[in-house]
Amino acid sequence: MTLVVLALALWAGGFALNVALANGPARGTAAARLAVPVVFGATVLAMWECLVRGLGVPPVILPPPSQIAQTFGANLGLLWRDFVQTILKGALGGYIIGCGAAFLTALLVDRYRYLREGLLPLGNFMAALPIVGTAPILVMWFGFGWQSKAAVVVLMVFFPMLVNTVAGLQDTTAMQRDLVRTYAASWGQTLIKLRLPAAMPFIFNGLKISTTLALVGAIVAEFFGSPTLGLGFRISTSIGQLDLGMVWSAIVVAALAGSVFFGLVTVIEKRLTFWHASQRGGR
Amino acid sequence: MADAAVPLTARRWRVPPVLAMILAIMTLWYAAAVPMNVKEVLTQAERAGVAVSPPSAAERRDMGHLVLVAQNPGALGASWSLDRARLPAPHQVLVELYDSTIDEELNGRRGIVRSGSLSNRSLIYHGWVTLNATFVGFLIGAGLGIALAIGIVHSRVMDMSVMPWAIVSQTIPIVALAPMIIVVLYSVGVQGLIPKAVISAYLSFFPVVVGMVKGLRSPDAMQMDLMRTYNAGAPTVLWKLRLPASVPYLFASLKIAIAASLVGAIVGELPVQQGGLGARMLAGSYYGQTAQIWAALFMAAGLAAVLVWAIGWLERRTLRRIGMSA
Repeated sequence: MTLVVLALALWAGGFALNVALANGPARGTAAARLAVPVVFGATVLAMWECLVRGLGVPPVILPPPSQIAQTFGANLGLLWRDFVQTILKGALGGYIIGCGAAFLTALLVDRYRYLREGLLPLGNFMAALPIVGTAPILVMWFGFGWQSKAAVVVLMVFFPMLVNTVAGLQDTTAMQRDLVRTYAASWGQTLIKLRLPAAMPFIFNGLKISTTLALVGAIVAEFFGSPTLGLGFRISTSIGQLDLGMVWSAIVVAALAGSVFFGLVTVIEKRLTFWHASQRGGR
Repeated sequence: MADAAVPLTARRWRVPPVLAMILAIMTLWYAAAVPMNVKEVLTQAERAGVAVSPPSAAERRDMGHLVLVAQNPGALGASWSLDRARLPAPHQVLVELYDSTIDEELNGRRGIVRSGSLSNRSLIYHGWVTLNATFVGFLIGAGLGIALAIGIVHSRVMDMSVMPWAIVSQTIPIVALAPMIIVVLYSVGVQGLIPKAVISAYLSFFPVVVGMVKGLRSPDAMQMDLMRTYNAGAPTVLWKLRLPASVPYLFASLKIAIAASLVGAIVGELPVQQGGLGARMLAGSYYGQTAQIWAALFMAAGLAAVLVWAIGWLERRTLRRIGMSA
């Protein structure tokens, strides 16, 4: 019972601290901007720990964070191999192939008006479909290895990437195009000097959306059959053994991988599109 | 996703190029079915007594599909009519779709005509199960999302503490949680529609929060100042200015949310075999019934298209009613 009271006290304390930080003199600074969400996250974790222990929630329903951290630390090797199998081979392999193919298709679609009018409505339609559903078919075709996961990822990232890249390639004004025409620039020169740079923000938007989709595709495809490693395999088998600490550890790995992957793409975007309005400080 | 996709969908598109593309895809599909299915086709042909070029299945096993097609042009008749094809031809999928929807309900022993209730072997029943979970999850997720967005816009503390986590959570493959949510809720005694709806709600929640926060903040300084000169309180500003201004953003994120919600419901049906399109796909993959998987996939695609279209229709009507349509 004391733990439950402690949890409530922690919540009140964390909230008061955040109110003070958010409305205090330091509210605009980068430190406060970072501190407030960190305090919030830490409070939630601490409350989780206290409530699970205080109310005696069985660990097969919700393990406390300390137990998850323990399982995570004790199985680093296993989780690393899962990470390599699912993220590096399945998700990243499919991501590179899918985004690359979508980019090349976008160049073609952009070049030929007929293709654009034919493929874009289909692409928009496909981007909204539950493509995860093709996972059982692709696992049947490409076997249980990482290739089938990469194939699911290719299908999942292709259409959002295609739609975004085509939208980006069309994002030039008539004035800019006229200027390049007065220089007698060829199609290739226009592409490299004007339209690809103009398309960069859109391309990165597509790349960022695709990071999450890639991880989702690789993990869900493993539910349909996988070798005896991989994050999706770990999640589905550990649930069968009611080893929830392991399930949460695998989810932590997926979450970390997702954030780092997204973060990397964002960093590259900042480096390459520093000139764009959305990147020039002062929001 | 919608940020960039919206202007393109809004643009008018012509029918002939789209038809041409669909035709091209169909042709490719039929062509691809021949090499994909060649091994099973040749095995069948061999059993029927037709001469096949490497005569034993063991020799054929390690050969390329295209080589086999080139060597046996006369024995490929069954390519588009295999029972358990690796790639069923489009018409096989359509036949399966018809069989498992209209035919099953009208003529099946358990169909709606004979038994008065939807047959549990028909895709209409499974689609209905999935649709229910999708809707319940979507309503919960969108409702909570709008509520949280209103809270975030009105409270600095909530904005600074919750918003970064909402954005980070977008980068996390949340679907990975699905099997665990199902099993945990099951062990607490909750089963059936609710666990799936929870996953759907979870997936549709964040797009709505992010979109709505953007929308509620979209009124510019001039409009906010006008409200201040009227001495309007926060609730009045919310009701008369912020909410109407957020409508286009709301609908853009609702379209993403309902598609995500459907994905959530389908993935949520994988661990528990109690009906639904996801369960149907998994059953198809266990028993090698490829036409069944494809039919379920087409059904899911149709549902997604109808749902997104319905939100779009609602969007057009609403925007016209409040005088914001372009």
